[in-house]
Amino acid sequence: MKRIYSVLVENRAGVLCKVAGLFWRRCFNIDSLAVGETDDPGISHMVIVSSGDQRTLEQIEKQLNKKVDVIRVRTFDEAEATARELMLIKVRYNRENRGDIIENCQIMGASIVDMSPSMMTIQICDTPERVQMFLDTFKTVSIVEVTRTGTLAVTKCREQGQ
Amino acid sequence: MNGADAIVKCLQEEKVEVVFGYPGVAIAPVFDSILSSGIRTILVRQEQNAGHAASGYARITGKVGVAIATSGPGAENLITGIATAFADSIPLVCITGQVDSRLMGSDVFQEADISGAVESFVKYSYIIRNPEDIPRIFREAFYLASTGRKGPVLIDIPQDIQHAKMESFVWPKQVKMRTYKPTMQGHAMQIAKVLTQLQKAKRPILCVGGGVLLADAKKEVRDFAERYGIPVVCTMMGLGVLPTGHPLFFGMVGNNGQLYGNRAMNEADMIIMAGCRVADRSISQPDLITSGKVLVHIDVDPAEIGKNAGPTIPLVGDVKCVFHDFLTHDDLSIDCGDWVETLNGYRRQGEKRREATMKLALAEKTRMKWVDPRAFVRGLSLAMEDNAVYVADVGQNQLWSCANAVIRDGSFLTSGGMGTMGYAVPAAMGVKIARPDLQVVAVCGDGGFQMTMMELATMKYYGVAAKIVVLKNGWLGLVRQYQHFSYHDRFSVTDLGEYPHLDMLTKAYDMDFIRLTDNDDIDKAVQQFLADEKPVLMEVDVDPNVLA
Repeated sequence: MKRIYSVLVENRAGVLCKVAGLFWRRCFNIDSLAVGETDDPGISHMVIVSSGDQRTLEQIEKQLNKKVDVIRVRTFDEAEATARELMLIKVRYNRENRGDIIENCQIMGASIVDMSPSMMTIQICDTPERVQMFLDTFKTVSIVEVTRTGTLAVTKCREQGQ
Repeated sequence: MNGADAIVKCLQEEKVEVVFGYPGVAIAPVFDSILSSGIRTILVRQEQNAGHAASGYARITGKVGVAIATSGPGAENLITGIATAFADSIPLVCITGQVDSRLMGSDVFQEADISGAVESFVKYSYIIRNPEDIPRIFREAFYLASTGRKGPVLIDIPQDIQHAKMESFVWPKQVKMRTYKPTMQGHAMQIAKVLTQLQKAKRPILCVGGGVLLADAKKEVRDFAERYGIPVVCTMMGLGVLPTGHPLFFGMVGNNGQLYGNRAMNEADMIIMAGCRVADRSISQPDLITSGKVLVHIDVDPAEIGKNAGPTIPLVGDVKCVFHDFLTHDDLSIDCGDWVETLNGYRRQGEKRREATMKLALAEKTRMKWVDPRAFVRGLSLAMEDNAVYVADVGQNQLWSCANAVIRDGSFLTSGGMGTMGYAVPAAMGVKIARPDLQVVAVCGDGGFQMTMMELATMKYYGVAAKIVVLKNGWLGLVRQYQHFSYHDRFSVTDLGEYPHLDMLTKAYDMDFIRLTDNDDIDKAVQQFLADEKPVLMEVDVDPNVLA
């Protein structure tokens, strides 16, 4: 079972280490972890995707709440969230596959953001599944480098009473 | 005023009376400032023991224990003390010196990332980067250590911060932490649910852990059990919540506990766990023991509830507050007289079996000139004062103590969570320093004793008259016992041999010495041991074949 943890933390030195260390020490999975400052420079927002059985997922939330630097933990699954991931993928292309790559980019809404005579860098920002799907289309292409942000997520907009 | 003066002033603000520590260059400014502060300093012989002594001090006073060490190796030695305190939720503030801020991260002499090293077994850790933060950080550290689920907090202070000039010292009136608000009061609805279930239950049992003692809730728990006649069992850390001879007390549970205690847990239809972790040594198969029962779990730490066993009724809150609330309802109809009668039967059986085993062991003395450790522990505890403090080390000595020591209004302290050998001597020292009026006895094996026996010097130097018993069998007894059962008597690396000769050792420390070699002399030797007002060590020769 996958679960998303949206964690607001004090923006202090060492906090990432403390949170990541908690996952390591208690043998919790980290499928992805993304962190950045919020509109309040004193607060960082971590989005952690983890997986495990029900008891483990519950423990993760409780243990996160115990951390003194953690301000608030919210947990939800992907269906309840707007989730996005950014991936940059640098590939080596040739005359034969160039057309296919460009076509795939168009289908998936990815864009080519950098190019040289033999290489190009493609950017895609989409749901984690679609990013993975896009990456899978490169099975036959020579990939030079791939980097992904990990999942960013916020809960879906819901007005009160809805 | 410099940073070090501010640190000492913080300790004064927190009403710290004693610190346990070991100086070094990186913490020298603090030790310089403390000299004229009126705070008592105890120079231990190894930093680990500063942690254990502070732990003993904290457990007997209910206050925060303070240990101070220097950077690098000093801080590293303290680690075992910190981890031991963490496992048993003992409130400590540990202060370590650190190399100059500008040198941090460059692997200079005596630099260690202590804050990183202890991260998984402190409640929180600080590195002070700015001298102006000293008052706030100390205020927070003491607050964190002593509230909610208690535990050790580490403050690492670079040397330049200790030297830094400070313009002003403002002690924060209150702690402002937006992220830390422990739940003390139990939820009224959950409390009502527990009481409703309790009235339906036919065979309820209360299982109490160390959390009851940490919350200072001994009286509330006892009042509640007595008012409704509810039977009580405990975990190792909960020993002492009820006196051993209390009619409602049915012993310690777990794989080292009393058979009748475990039987009581198994046959109960409602278990109320209070301040215990449901950890493997007390409840090895939580799902099995709780199936078909109503399980109530009361703990101040929400993460403990449901970690090992899924409770029917979770109840987050401080044990003292929760039982106080239980007691305000006085219209309950709970009758478990028959159940208690059944349990009394089990206990009578169990005690009869114990007497028989002991008698048999004592009768064997014609064959072997040894002291039976179970009979000794029983005799010792019976002769101790009512409010005495019994500090058990770790190993067979601990299990013999748990099963046979009689605790009345005193305390039973041991390293239950971490099982740290060598805990007893320094912890007993910390207890005795806090409460010189109490009779304090450390009971160790010869393995654990040798891990921290250097503290005999500290005890002599400061005139700390904690009493020490060494149950000597020349083996790492509990491991030997494990090898006996699991490895068919292949005793690998567990033979300690006959050294040290404790008579000569105590002579080196100018201590009194008593040797007990015969079961017939137990009472006489114990009397002499307890009457001695000076630091005294008693060697008890034990047969290595006696199992715990």
